[in-house]
Formats: sequence, C-alpha cells, structure tokens
Amino acid sequence: MPPVSGTTPLVSHAMSDRRKLVEVRDLKMYFPINSGILRRHTGDVKAVDGVSFDIYEGETLGIVGESGCGKSTCGRAVLRLYDITAGTIKIDGVEIGTKSQHALRKMRPTMQMVFQDPQACLNPRMTVAGIIGEPLDEHTKMSKAEKLDRIYELMDAVGLNRSFANRYPHAFSGGQRQRIGIARALALNPKFIICDEPIAALDVSIQAQVVNLLEELQDRLGLTYMFISHDLSMVRHIADRVAVMYLGKIVELAPRDVLYNAPLHPYTEALLSAVPDPDPAIEARVQRIILKGDVPSPSNPPKGCNFCTRCPKVMDICREIDPEFRELEPGRFVACHLHNTAGSTGAPRNEHNQQGEDA
Amino acid sequence: MPEIGQSVLQVQDLKTVFSTRAGDIHAVNSVSFSLQPGELLGVVGESGSGKSVTMMSLIGLLPMPPAEVRAGTVQFGGRDLLKLEQKQLQALRGRDIGFVFQDPMTSLNPVFTVGFQIMEPLRKHMGMDKSAARRRAVDLLELVGIPDAERRLRDFPHQFSGGMRQRVMIAIALACDPKVLIADEPTTALDVTIQAQILELVKDLRQKLGMSIIWITHDLGVIAGIADRVMVMYGGQVVEYGPVREVFANPAHPYTRALMTTVPSVRGERAPKLNVIEGQPPMLSQHPTACPFRARCTHAFERCARENPARYTVLEGHDAACFWDHTTGEPRNV
Ligand SMILES: Nc1ncnc2c1ncn2[C@@H]1O[C@H](COP(=O)(O)OP(=O)(O)OP(=O)(O)O)[C@@H](O)[C@H]1O
Ligand SMILES: Nc1ncnc2c1ncn2[C@@H]1O[C@H](COP(=O)(O)OP(=O)(O)O)[C@@H](O)[C@H]1O
Ligand code: SF4
Ligand code: SF4
Ligand SMILES: [Mg+2]
Ligand SMILES: [Mg+2]
Repeated sequence: MPPVSGTTPLVSHAMSDRRKLVEVRDLKMYFPINSGILRRHTGDVKAVDGVSFDIYEGETLGIVGESGCGKSTCGRAVLRLYDITAGTIKIDGVEIGTKSQHALRKMRPTMQMVFQDPQACLNPRMTVAGIIGEPLDEHTKMSKAEKLDRIYELMDAVGLNRSFANRYPHAFSGGQRQRIGIARALALNPKFIICDEPIAALDVSIQAQVVNLLEELQDRLGLTYMFISHDLSMVRHIADRVAVMYLGKIVELAPRDVLYNAPLHPYTEALLSAVPDPDPAIEARVQRIILKGDVPSPSNPPKGCNFCTRCPKVMDICREIDPEFRELEPGRFVACHLHNTAGSTGAPRNEHNQQGEDA
Repeated sequence: MPEIGQSVLQVQDLKTVFSTRAGDIHAVNSVSFSLQPGELLGVVGESGSGKSVTMMSLIGLLPMPPAEVRAGTVQFGGRDLLKLEQKQLQALRGRDIGFVFQDPMTSLNPVFTVGFQIMEPLRKHMGMDKSAARRRAVDLLELVGIPDAERRLRDFPHQFSGGMRQRVMIAIALACDPKVLIADEPTTALDVTIQAQILELVKDLRQKLGMSIIWITHDLGVIAGIADRVMVMYGGQVVEYGPVREVFANPAHPYTRALMTTVPSVRGERAPKLNVIEGQPPMLSQHPTACPFRARCTHAFERCARENPARYTVLEGHDAACFWDHTTGEPRNV
C-alpha cells in the first residue's frame, strides 16, 4: 500500500477537467407531521430544504453539521432510499429523482451506503461471508465458488482475515464490524459510496484505521465518496471539498483548505472555532465564538435566514429574506447576506468579513 | 506516584473486577492518583479502558455483584471511602461529591419536574425548606446559563434540549456545593457548539466556586482546553499522568505518543496521512502480568511481555508506566 504520492493529488485538478458523477439540484425531503385524532397533515419536518451540489468523480465531498441538520436524510435521499419531496438527482448521467423504486433496482449496484452503527446494520444471524455476499446473491448470477472467491477478495481488501468468514458479527469489534460493512458495500463494484458517520461509533485509535482504509480503497478503485460526519477534524483529513449544513440547508460549500482556513459563513466560522484543539498551546489562543441557544426545529424554521436566531452578525434583512445560495468565486458557495453583491436579493453590499486571520 | 499532601482525594492501588458468566473482567488495575484543591484532572482513554469504572468504584456506584472492589484505598475528608457503609456513601454523594454522567436523558428522571430534581438534594442533604430550596434552584439554573429559570423549574426534562439537560445535570451536581465534581463524558453526546458552551461554563464556574473536578473524556482537545493535569488510561491502568502542558509537549508513554499523532486537528498543518495505532484494545480477562499495550506498541521488546511496567517519574510530577525511554529510544536501564 504505497502512500499517495505528492505528484498529482486529486484536489489540484482543475474543476473543469473533472467529470461530475453526482449532480443534485434543489433537493427537498420533507417528512409530514400528522396530528390530531384524524391524523391530519399539520406541517412538515423540513429535514432537507433545497440543497444543490455536485460531486466530481474520484473525489470525497464531506458533509458536516450538527445533529439533526439533515446530513443523513440528505445522503439517504440522494440514494433515493426515500421518495423525495422535490428536486433532481443525476448520478452518472442518469436522472434518478423521479425513478420508481423498481426502476432504481438496476442502478443500486453503482451506489452504496456505509452506515454509522456497524452493529445495527449487520444481521446478527448471518455469517460474515453471508453478509458480504448478500448483494452478490441479489444482483449477480455468480456460482457458489465464484461468490466465495469474491468474498475472500473483499475481505482481503478491507483487511479482514479470511478465516473469519464463518463467524457471526457479534464476535467482532466495532472497527472490524465497520470493515464488514465496507466490504459489503464494495461487493458490487460501486462507483459512488455514501459513508454516513462511518467512524462515529469507533474509538479514536480505530477511527484512523477505518479512515485510512477508506482512502486506500478510493485510490485503488477510483471510488467517489460522500462522507457525512460531525467530526470536523476528520472531514478536514478525508474530504476534498466540504459542505456545511444548518437546519436543512447547505450554508457553505468550498474546497477543503479555503473552507477551513478562511470560512465565509458565520455558522462555519462558529462551528470551526468550537472544535477543541488537541494542543494546549493552540487551545489557549483559540478565539472561540460561543453561539447562544439551540438549533431551531426543522418543522418551524425561522423567517429569513435559518441561522438568524443564533448568528452573531445578524442584520435586519436576515430576519426577512432567506439568503440565496450562490457561487461567490469559482467553486466557493455561500448563503449569507454578508456575502451578497448588490442587487441579487435586494441586499446591500456589506463588507463585514473581518474575522479570520488576526490583523 | 502521586504525592500525598493536602489533596482532596487520594486514590491508592484501586482494583475492581467484574465476575460475569463469560469470565472475569479486570476493569481497573492498581489505579492511583490524587486530586488537588481547585484543580481539574482530565481522564482520557479509549472505551473500555476503565475510566468510568474507576470513578464509580470511588463512590460506590457500581452494581455489586458483578463488580467487586478487590483492593485499594480512597482517602477523602480523613476517611477511606471504600470502608464506608452504603448509607454513609449515599449521604456523601450529591453533598460532598457531585457527579454528571454522559447521557442526561437517562440520568434525569422523566416523570419529575426539573425543579423537583434540583430541589430534592437541597432538602435532603442541606435541610433547606421548600422556599429556600426553590430560591437556590433558581440561582443554580441561572448559574448554568438557563434563561427564564423561575419558569423552567416547572418543566419536565423532555422539554429541554440535550445541551440544556446537561446544564441541568451540572446544576444538580453543584447544588450542595460539593468539594469534588466527577463528570463522566458530559459533553460526548453533544454537538460541538453546545460542547463549547458547556466548557465555557465549566471554566467560569471553576473561577467562581473553586471546587476540584475530575473530567472524563476521550477527546484530547477537551483535555487540552480545560484540564490542569491529565491521567491517561489504557487497559484498566494509568499509563501516564502529569501536568497537561508537560504531557502534551513531552509525552513519554508510547500509547500517549501514538494517540497524539492519530487525531487530526481543524487548525494548523494538515497531515497528508493519519498515523494509525494498529490492533485492538486488550481483553482484560485476567490480572495483568505484562504491559497491556504491548500487542500494539511499536517499541515493545521482550521484557514487556514478561512484566507489567510500574509507573516511573519522567519529570517531577509527571510519570509513565513503561520500560522504554522516549528520550533515548532505548529500553530504560532499570
Ligand atoms: N423518517 C423521519 N420522519 C420524520 N422526521 C425525520 C425522519 N428522519 C429524520 N427526520 C428529522 O429530520 C431532521 C434531520 O435528520 P437527519 O437524520 O438527517 O439529521 P443528521 O444531520 O443526520 O443528524 P445526526 O448528526 O444526529 O445523525 C431531524 O429533525 C430529524 O428528526
Ligand atoms: N456492569 C459491568 N459488568 C461487566 N463488565 C463491565 C461492567 N461495567 C464495565 N465493565 C467492563 O469494565 C471495563 C472498563 O469499563 P469502563 O470503565 O466503562 O470503560 P470506559 O473507560 O469506557 O469508561 C470494560 O471492559 C467493560 O466492559
Ligand atoms: S444571512 Fe444574516 S443571519 Fe444569516 S448567516 Fe448571514 S449574517 Fe447571519
Ligand atoms: S512497556 Fe513495552 S510494550 Fe508497554 S508501552 Fe512500554 S515499550 Fe511498549
Ligand atoms: Mg445522521
Ligand atoms: Mg465510560
């Protein structure tokens, strides 16, 4: 496993010569709230409320944000594990937003998901070989011997000893269970994998093992990842570009380094500043932006900007008009009135961005 | 070894074993540490390393059986807590030693109002009457930053957000002005922006109240931000102990050293590749006769399999349990 050499890292490719594998536009996923004796439809949980992004072939798009902001729902909606409320989703050139579940079955092999809780999503009554091989049963006509070969190959790829093939999931540690989940996701040679908090349930020392494995597999197999996590430092490690979600919307999307070094959205700034640093010297210097209060409910988002109830830089316009998600410079998207050029949403141009580096 | 002095709490050679149908689990082995007045001791280690069991052993919160505290002394206020009756311990808990656990939803009782739950220990331990307890409850909620405290006393736990419930737990733990607060992963289940609020609160409260705090976490960043001293646990043992700045700048134990390079940061240089600690944590099925870290240690040599290393002094106040010398990269000459 040679380390990725520094010669041509993916991130330095010009955006334009890379192919978009995933294109999502104005995706909405609302969950209806039914209440009263008649279970009348009285409102919606706007779990994902109009998000747009692309994922380029071979890259990792990180999705970060706090609990309940819609990361998982967004991931599941992109794979059409839900019937979406609105929007379009193109994967590998095919529009799947409106396809029936039956028609989607044929496409399933190209897109897979790895979940947070390796315990919960592995059938305890199946052996490791059975779990990894299940997608092969469903989607291929391989013979028994071919299947076993493929299962062994997959176990090798994720660093599981072949002699474990006939054991049951409970006999494995969290990190090993996550490897089983990854092997299963790889079974049908997918191009695109959504990893939903794949390391959240693991210990720090095991997290690095799984992240390195995911990176190695990406290099070797040319995989494209959507990596969902609330761990901002791990996302900084693994992602090429990062989308920050807040209350069902993407508030900022940018290449990793500019997002971490010079965030534009006040929420991104606050979120990054809140992460404790494993270095007491840095910790002592960090200027923390302490947000007041809690995230509003996605069934009753505030008028105007979703962040206006907690934003340290809130202006009058923010309580009236929802800021547009727009491309400020190539590849750098943000939804905030501080970064609006005059005219586009009627907001005045505002040079407020004095945070960032110390003057 | 920790110094004996005017420490608030002095734990010596604590050993706790669980007897289960699948065999014994030696969860805590010869753990010793002390807590100084006003200090914040951070405890780190991966899950299963014995952090919670250590602290629950101290204050008699473990189910016995299966748990059994087989050895050790816990000096607090001139007494050995391990020798106290359950009733005496009960009187101590919540009054002299407050504690906060990881999951606020399971530690708060869903059927009682938050106000009742804050007022109960005040009436029980401090003999306050209803109106005095009520006044203090309001003060406490204000202290932990819950707005509209008077009204919120009547609310039930589910009417609070996760971060607010954790604040309520802290308020309850602080109710009787304890000398020691034990907080077991109190922010692990919370979002970073809420965690930042709680950490600010703790820094602020320390200034105001001056109590000693034991803060358990698996997040080195949290330790770096709030602790004075750090105790690193691995496989049921203390593997490194010392002042935070010293341990972070000059880690001596191979586990601490590896841990510090395996966590990425959101600031500073971004490392192209994560360092990995290969392998799995140990099983703890018997009393340790070898170094618990040896299967994953890149510096292990034959002695590490024969003997369990004792803690040696790295520098005044800083110790580590290891046969290897990080300054020379060679086995220590002892
Ligand atoms: N099936 C469902 N029915 C109703 N509401 C739902 C459903 N699934 C999710 N939600 C709601 O949608 C919102 C977004 O949930 P989601 O699981 O996507 O959050 P998340 O960002 O993944 O959070 P976490 O970090 O906690 O995993 C939440 O308010 C959640 O309660
Ligand atoms: N009630 C129990 N019965 C049996 N084993 C237990 C019990 N509680 C904890 N243990 C075991 O004790 C060890 C230390 O656990 P703990 O102190 O909870 O670890 P942590 O460092 O994550 O807090 C683990 O091996 C755990 O499985
Ligand atoms: S639009 Fe206004 S409230 Fe929203 S993030 Fe920008 S400044 Fe803050
Ligand atoms: S005693 Fe040996 S095995 Fe244990 S940490 Fe030190 S060098 Fe490694
Ligand atoms: Mg989720
Ligand atoms: Mg614990």
